[in-house]
Amino acid sequence: MAEIRNYTLNFGPQHPSAHGVLRLVLELDGEVIERADPHIGLLHRATEKLAEHKTFLQSVPYMDRLDYVSMMSNEHAYVMAIEKLLQIDVPIRAQYIRVMFDEITRILNHLLWLGAHALDIGAMTVFLYAFREREDLFDCYEAVSGARMHAAYYRPGGVYRDLPDVMPQYQASKWHNESAVKSMNENRQGSLLDFIEDFTKRFPRYVDEYETLLTENRIWKQRTVGIGVVSPERALQMGFTGPMLRGSGIEWDLRKNRPYEVYDRMDFQIPVGVNGDCYDRYLVRVEELRQSNRIVKQCVDWLRANPGPVITENHKVAPPSRASMKENMEDLIHHFKLFSEGMHVPEGEAYAAVEHPKGEFGIYLVSDGANKPYRMKIRAPGFAHIASLEEMSKGHMIADVVAIIGTQDIVFGEVDR
Amino acid sequence: MIDRNQFEEALSGKLLSHTDRLDEITIEIAAAGLLESLAKLKEMGFEMLIDLCGVDYLTYGNGGREGRRFAVVYHLLAVSRNERLRVRVYAEDDDFPVVESCIPVWNCANWYEREAFDLYGIMFSGHPDLRRLLTDYGFVGNPFRKDFPLSGNVEMRYDEHLGRVVYQPVTVVPRENTPRIVREENYGEA
Repeated sequence: MAEIRNYTLNFGPQHPSAHGVLRLVLELDGEVIERADPHIGLLHRATEKLAEHKTFLQSVPYMDRLDYVSMMSNEHAYVMAIEKLLQIDVPIRAQYIRVMFDEITRILNHLLWLGAHALDIGAMTVFLYAFREREDLFDCYEAVSGARMHAAYYRPGGVYRDLPDVMPQYQASKWHNESAVKSMNENRQGSLLDFIEDFTKRFPRYVDEYETLLTENRIWKQRTVGIGVVSPERALQMGFTGPMLRGSGIEWDLRKNRPYEVYDRMDFQIPVGVNGDCYDRYLVRVEELRQSNRIVKQCVDWLRANPGPVITENHKVAPPSRASMKENMEDLIHHFKLFSEGMHVPEGEAYAAVEHPKGEFGIYLVSDGANKPYRMKIRAPGFAHIASLEEMSKGHMIADVVAIIGTQDIVFGEVDR
Repeated sequence: MIDRNQFEEALSGKLLSHTDRLDEITIEIAAAGLLESLAKLKEMGFEMLIDLCGVDYLTYGNGGREGRRFAVVYHLLAVSRNERLRVRVYAEDDDFPVVESCIPVWNCANWYEREAFDLYGIMFSGHPDLRRLLTDYGFVGNPFRKDFPLSGNVEMRYDEHLGRVVYQPVTVVPRENTPRIVREENYGEA
């Protein structure tokens, strides 16, 4: 009789559906997973150690590069931790801007997730549609911060600057002639808020488009229903947060349970799954797209009616205006000290968490009173999720591992930090 | 809200301190019998381990700090009661820090403990698979300790003659643009 042995397969780190640099050592019995050992750390940049050697303000751009698909949400947790230690208040308009961009970021993240997840399982079209909408949202990022992805827009005490009154427009080139540019610029005639409002009106129809492609699609259901089932008890035990936890039927969302900024004034609902499989998590995230769109709409309406300051007046934390710096000696000194020595954060420790698109993203900050953090720990949601990959994929076929990696919404920037 | 007395009762003498600051509760508990204490906390409703990390207090406040060097910090969450708790445990020995593993209480601690072991060299007794997690295969040292240089000890390059990747002592000159300053109390006030 032939000898039957388990087969060990090395999946990644250059596999396209490994979502970055995941090296997965799979032990297979035929095509069935016996053991899965994820090797992570190929993108480890020691962000936490680097932050210990930078002033508080200098670390803000590092936050964008953690989960590089939901940039502003990362910044949000970081600035919230600093604000908690400093005990400063953020102007109400800045809070609305933050909430609006958090939700824009959620849409950005879920669109990339939806596109990449569908692509992994074999549906090409959704990816192209999702990137069409992402482009508009990147333009919003660019309009406020000058950068399409790594914005560094949230600052301790508020946001860097107010929303622009004009939306940048396309210009004619050898690829787009005058008439093409004119139609491309149609929804860019007004301010950024006009552009976002136009987007929120268009977006529900786009989500319907994605759903016609996937929700009742037979192949999609065959690949996701009953795959990677997690019971509510196990989800808690494995530290799941965000859509992974809600997909298993636990109604837990920091935006509702621990409202930060102005989420308590927003009208939105939390979708919850029933079966805890990949399909339910898909439904949860698609519904979150619609709910985020609602929140963005509410923020646009409020921001239109209520002008005001967007960053704190405390010049130990936020720089004074350019004009006052040129006339006022004290403001000049504040500016110089803030950008050379940096702010001093009182001794103590704080943990601030936001409902990041992937789950609970938290920053644990220890300060000893210096101008740099003493210790910063990033609690990344993806880290707990990928740690459970073995449990979720055991007994499944090898092709289902791809579906499970996809449903976990892994981004290595935050897992490896 | 759980108050100090309830913690004291549940932990029966293992509670070393209790602070309530910035709307966050921090308790410090003894390293001896840690697993039982944590299991008690779970019984009190903290069913979820949100985060576990190591902290190295070697240079805290420019090195004037008393007490043990390494600590493990747990962030717990009670989903049903919507409460959070921070638990700190100091490792008894500074040269060979050992803390009990809490995987039996919260299964997700596995990778968090591997990370703390990798970055700080804190040993977790009873851990089934205490391997390095984030650093390179064959890495030497514990990079997040305060006495480990920011630019590391070795760097990697491709050697044309040997036809493979080699490690060599690091050639980056350490540089600090903004010095770290801890101001005395009431600095800048009249």
